[in-house]
Amino acid sequence: MTELRLWLARSYGLLLSIVVFIVMFALYFGNFSTDDPAAVILSAANTGVLLALVAMAQTVPVLTAGLDLSVGMIFIMTNCIASALVVGTPLQVAAGTVAVILSGCAAGFVNGAIVVWGRLQPIIATLATSAIYIGIALLIRPVPGGDVDGDLADFLTGQVFEVVPVGLIFLVAVVLFIWVPFRMSVLGRGCYAAGSAEGAAYMSGVDIARSKFAAYVLSGLFAGLAGLMQTFNTYTGEASAPSGGLYTLNSIAAVVIGGTSLFGGSGGAVGSIFGAFILRTIVSLLFVFDMPPLWQPLFQGVVLLLAVSLGAARVLRIRNRLELFS
Amino acid sequence: MADGSMPLWRMTGVSKRYGGVTALDNVDFSCAAARIHAVLGENGAGKSTLIKIIAGVVQPDSGTMELDGRPVTFRSPAEATRAGIVCIFQELSLMPDLTVADNISITRPPGRWGFINPLAQRRRAEELLARLGCEDVHPTELVKNLPLSRRQMIEIAKALGRNPKILILDEATSALTAADVQKVYAVLRKLRDDGLAILYISHRMQEIAELADDCSVFRNGRHIQTFAKGTKNDDEIVELMIGREYKHVYPAKPARAAATEPMVRIENLSWGDRLQDISLAIGRGEIVGLGGLDGQGQRELLLALFGVLRGITGRVTIDGRTQRIGSPRQAKSPAIGMALIPEDRKTEGLMLPMSVRDNASMAAIAALTRGVIVDRKAEAARIDEMIQKLAIKVGDLANPVATLSGGNQQKVVIAKWLMTNARVVLLNDPTRGIDVGTKQEIYQLLRNLADAGTTILFYTTDYDELVGCCDRVAILYDGRILRELKGADITERNIVASALNLPLEARDSRAAAPA
Repeated sequence: MTELRLWLARSYGLLLSIVVFIVMFALYFGNFSTDDPAAVILSAANTGVLLALVAMAQTVPVLTAGLDLSVGMIFIMTNCIASALVVGTPLQVAAGTVAVILSGCAAGFVNGAIVVWGRLQPIIATLATSAIYIGIALLIRPVPGGDVDGDLADFLTGQVFEVVPVGLIFLVAVVLFIWVPFRMSVLGRGCYAAGSAEGAAYMSGVDIARSKFAAYVLSGLFAGLAGLMQTFNTYTGEASAPSGGLYTLNSIAAVVIGGTSLFGGSGGAVGSIFGAFILRTIVSLLFVFDMPPLWQPLFQGVVLLLAVSLGAARVLRIRNRLELFS
Repeated sequence: MADGSMPLWRMTGVSKRYGGVTALDNVDFSCAAARIHAVLGENGAGKSTLIKIIAGVVQPDSGTMELDGRPVTFRSPAEATRAGIVCIFQELSLMPDLTVADNISITRPPGRWGFINPLAQRRRAEELLARLGCEDVHPTELVKNLPLSRRQMIEIAKALGRNPKILILDEATSALTAADVQKVYAVLRKLRDDGLAILYISHRMQEIAELADDCSVFRNGRHIQTFAKGTKNDDEIVELMIGREYKHVYPAKPARAAATEPMVRIENLSWGDRLQDISLAIGRGEIVGLGGLDGQGQRELLLALFGVLRGITGRVTIDGRTQRIGSPRQAKSPAIGMALIPEDRKTEGLMLPMSVRDNASMAAIAALTRGVIVDRKAEAARIDEMIQKLAIKVGDLANPVATLSGGNQQKVVIAKWLMTNARVVLLNDPTRGIDVGTKQEIYQLLRNLADAGTTILFYTTDYDELVGCCDRVAILYDGRILRELKGADITERNIVASALNLPLEARDSRAAAPA
């Protein structure tokens, strides 16, 4: 039973976010009068999955005690690239999909190279690269447009067995085949170690540089997958800087709500997924309770503050005030 | 070596300098397999630098090193670990947010193709913890939830898991409970019998007496002597450790007929297990030194007095009035009039990118303000006065304080606090890393302040300064005041013996008994 108790203590941020999400979604679903509940779930899933993927992209650098301000722009950039490449013959579509994913990884690679080898602060490095990525997006799509393979798009944004959204299945697959193996790998462990106590990790002989580098590349990969899914949802590419910025900010909020510490070292991508779902459900709740959608930022802010306060309880335990500043 | 066999580790002519300070000076050192080798020396004798070089944390400036007869160089701790050298550092190298099992197998976890096998990793942690008799720790517990004594055991388990040829322990048992210490000793003896070389750094003579086969004494960055345990008694060992070569010129201490009335009276001050039942009275115009080995609570005592620590028990009386000091801001208020010259001038003493002027007036700014506006004229006059008084070499007051030399930076820190007209000045190792000339100016300044009635509590890691500057010296050991020395009893020999918790010689026993 110690086992269970320890696991609960370790994952309470994650569990709390799952519970909050279920309560909120039940409220939403229970108050939504509709003839087609599957369609309600589908549209909620499709918007949720996008932010969930971007939030996963944000999680990995945050675990290393970094931050990636470019995830939203990588998302926009890969959306624009997908709107140009994922069309044509099946072979072209396949090649285009691979190219989109690789371009996401490449953007993460650049971030990682600057942060790890250039030793620049992650915030400022990714702020700069975010401008570059939106710049590339604008070069590709000066005006919204482009196209995407219709069959593939309809499949990935549709349902199987007329009820389960394929987007959710895709998200689960990303978790099972990318995140979980990473979490179980020496590389992933290195990210947690570097975020928890970089000096101790170095003294223990952990390859910090390689782990941090992997964190940013993986972040680019997740953001690229989100960009791809965005294209399937909208059938178009749009280089919208405000939208990219909003995704970045919401991704940070989702990471925190999902129980990942901004100091690094604890948390995980699954929590961030539920953090993203919570943020998205706030919008839906405002809708079903007939509240002005303008209240959305206010509610998101309150939820975010509550989530951060839970994490800040440690401050009360500090007995040497100098530690507050370090 | 004592038994004359070929050493497992040999270093020849190794030197290391940090800026102008020589930490290791042409050191030859070797240790053999299947021996426990204790390294002794006072603060700054070069012990830490020695083990950091062996463990690959720092690289020597010159000299050669051999492991098993083959020359080696280590560019990082990881390389040293691969070669079979594992070090348990005093400041722990655990990751608090990771589980016990994760920490124990942090570098080479069991598994395949870069993936970790959590079950195998857990079993491995359980086995290693069991070897240390530490079954009460659950492998999936987070390290940050464990007390320090358990963390130290995990650190040892982690080191054992790396199958070292040479195991280095740097004060690795300082936080352990007595029962744990015995378990660790048993494991260390077993490892020695299995053929490991164990380097053991400790300031507890009884540990060394119980554990070591060989002892090496370091002093002033030099390797003085290596001898087998039992060939020298404690007195002879202390004799080898003392004997500083440089002597500064210290201002004469005033002869005191009677003790002055206490300005600061500390009664039964405690803070967690770091400070225990400290009682100390400091007279007006008196300089009291805090001695002992590094990290025995001296720093915490100064921080506690200055209102930085939470949860302190006990009583502090300043000038006859009991005070509860809750913050540095309160500590410096005229009612208390305290100043702290902190340990690290770069982070706690100065705002490096700000100008000399802004730094100098930072603590006294309230007194230099009319309404909400800083009175630039009064500020300039006060700073000018301080620059004269302390002979600070500064080109332009508007330059960032970072552009000054270390000695002048420290003078700015001191000036900043003297500008508050403090009645009680606490100093935390104020002469670390500054040149000899400035050191002597600081000694003179302290004495002048004391003569003018300022009360001074002075922590320094340099025993020579305790002897030269202080009217009285309190030696801390494990967060307690072990002994007070005064007058002619303040000798380097007595300080070293007290720091090691050894009895003084009979002729010196006039010193106060432990409180």
